[in-house]
Amino acid sequence: MRLIQEHPILDFEHGKKKKVRFTFDGSEMEGFEGEPIAMALHAGGVRIYRETPEMKRPRGFFCAIGKCSSCFMVVDGVPNVRTCITPLREGMSVETQRGRGEVRGEEERRN
Amino acid sequence: MRTTEILVIGGGPAGLSAAIEAATLGAQVTVVDSDLKLGGQLIKQTHKFFGSKDEYAGTRGYKIADILFEDLRKNADRIEILSDCTATGYYPEDGIVTCMIGEEKYFRMRPKKIVVATGAQERLIPFPGNDLPGVYGAGAVQTLMNVYGVTPGDRVLMVGAGNIGLIVSYQLLQAGVQVCGVVEFMPKVGGYWVHAAKIRRLGVPIYLQHTIVEALGERTVTGAIIENLAPDCTPGGKRTTIDCDIICMAVGLAPTCELLWQAGCAMKFIPQLCGHVALRDPFMRTSHPDIWIAGDAAGIEEASSAMVEGRIAGLGAAGACGYGTPEERKERFAHYSERLADLRAGEVGEKIRIGVSAASVQKWEE
Amino acid sequence: MTDNEKTFNSGILTGERPGAVLPPKELWESKKNGLVLIECPQRIPCNPCATSCPTGAVIPFEDINDTPRIDYSKCTGCALCVAKCPGLACFVADLTWGEKEALLKLPYEMLPLPAKGQTVACLNRCGEEVHRTQIVNVTQPWKDSTYVVSVAVPKELVSEVRAVKVV
Repeated sequence: MRLIQEHPILDFEHGKKKKVRFTFDGSEMEGFEGEPIAMALHAGGVRIYRETPEMKRPRGFFCAIGKCSSCFMVVDGVPNVRTCITPLREGMSVETQRGRGEVRGEEERRN
Repeated sequence: MRTTEILVIGGGPAGLSAAIEAATLGAQVTVVDSDLKLGGQLIKQTHKFFGSKDEYAGTRGYKIADILFEDLRKNADRIEILSDCTATGYYPEDGIVTCMIGEEKYFRMRPKKIVVATGAQERLIPFPGNDLPGVYGAGAVQTLMNVYGVTPGDRVLMVGAGNIGLIVSYQLLQAGVQVCGVVEFMPKVGGYWVHAAKIRRLGVPIYLQHTIVEALGERTVTGAIIENLAPDCTPGGKRTTIDCDIICMAVGLAPTCELLWQAGCAMKFIPQLCGHVALRDPFMRTSHPDIWIAGDAAGIEEASSAMVEGRIAGLGAAGACGYGTPEERKERFAHYSERLADLRAGEVGEKIRIGVSAASVQKWEE
Repeated sequence: MTDNEKTFNSGILTGERPGAVLPPKELWESKKNGLVLIECPQRIPCNPCATSCPTGAVIPFEDINDTPRIDYSKCTGCALCVAKCPGLACFVADLTWGEKEALLKLPYEMLPLPAKGQTVACLNRCGEEVHRTQIVNVTQPWKDSTYVVSVAVPKELVSEVRAVKVV
């Protein structure tokens, strides 16, 4: 994982944090419990979080304060989750969001 | 329905200072903050702060956050804190603020007075490829590396030589990340000269009168093209390709003021404060009699002045709830006003002085 | 805009600006432990160099935006300001250190932290390596992760070397 192990000013105490497992597009990854999902993905080398609806352009992390919508992903089936400020939990399913995202049950209602 | 005397929206340097000030006068305060961790941008600052002893000069930003947290604890009986809690709307007809905890849980709150200290959001400039993963806001890079200890990338191109661009470049070097250069549109660095000197002597080039014209890469950033501008800013000068995997944007911030628009506060576009801001009286009260502002939400400035503005807004809001004697309030106000004027007195404060004066009203008509 | 100005505008001290003006030669050459050089040419709201100075050598500011002025007769070369300055703009140069070499005390906040005797590259104001030398001393005056590293450099490099890098 791309973690800063040594820093001249800060001590991240990565070793003391609780690790949890989650899946990203089906493959298993590890991150720290309670830290934003986007940070765990970035530490795991994942830079692309979603694909835009029209142009299919890749998008990633940008503002990290839950305001720019660049890092929207599908988390446990829920689309448009701001992964930069949503805490990671054990067993979460995190998926690249393609397009606008479907709200669960929306399709059935429409049909 | 939840109630509180003073609702502070935003738990950064301005909001926390407002909460502490109001609580020490005796008010009941609730702070809501949308982030998982309290402290706003302060907790990302590893550099020592400027200013005087009153603003904790010479102390690193994240340590200043610890001092504020300790002050919060001392007033814990009067300050309630809700993290991961976004204020989503203000309804002027009944004075209700709607809030959302996480993505699921909603509640409504009716405060007597509100301090809006919602900070700022990162700007972006247009260029092909500016939406590629790897083009990150400078604040986001700080969050990644200084809060969560994640290496943002291997080679970073910084765009913008204001204080944020210069400071984050230095922080990247501290985190062991290579900084390929800092690109600055103007013919001089916009941030403090000493911050530029710090990274220059560590070998980071600063490209003055340059701009970024393209981010390279198919799926993520693999490089950037920068261009030299003529003194009159016309393009077409020499182009240089930079090998980088992160383009860090430090091209300015814009005040976060949606709630102030919703509340119908008198707003004005003030370029020196970097966007639309609410007009305010000397106590930081907006045209809405129950709403005060502080920090970057009131105009982009430094964290040291945000803390003093927060004090003033907290004092104003608590005073309007009847806390503190008039003499006590007058004395505190005079002290804070003087500190604020001192912080803005220098050459770099000129822009702020012009902006603040354009945003100020002496007294609202009652 | 002259090249000189352009260089200054990008963060490199040039010309006769405050900070580039050196202490009185005679006093400097005889003052054991050295004298401070403060490279802070811009009016910014900041005063820790003055408030951290135990002897009043950095003359107390009337306005917090003042640029530092130094009473060299009071400077003891203690380097407390070197470790306190938020802009890392204070440096101490001791010309009495040796016949050909001066001792420079420089602020340091990077990794790895060099140890006494370790070889380091000496960098000038634009980060170019101009010399190699050994670390004479490393201290942490305020216990706040800003270190002061002392290196011996040829006297003619006193006005050039402003940083070190572990090699």
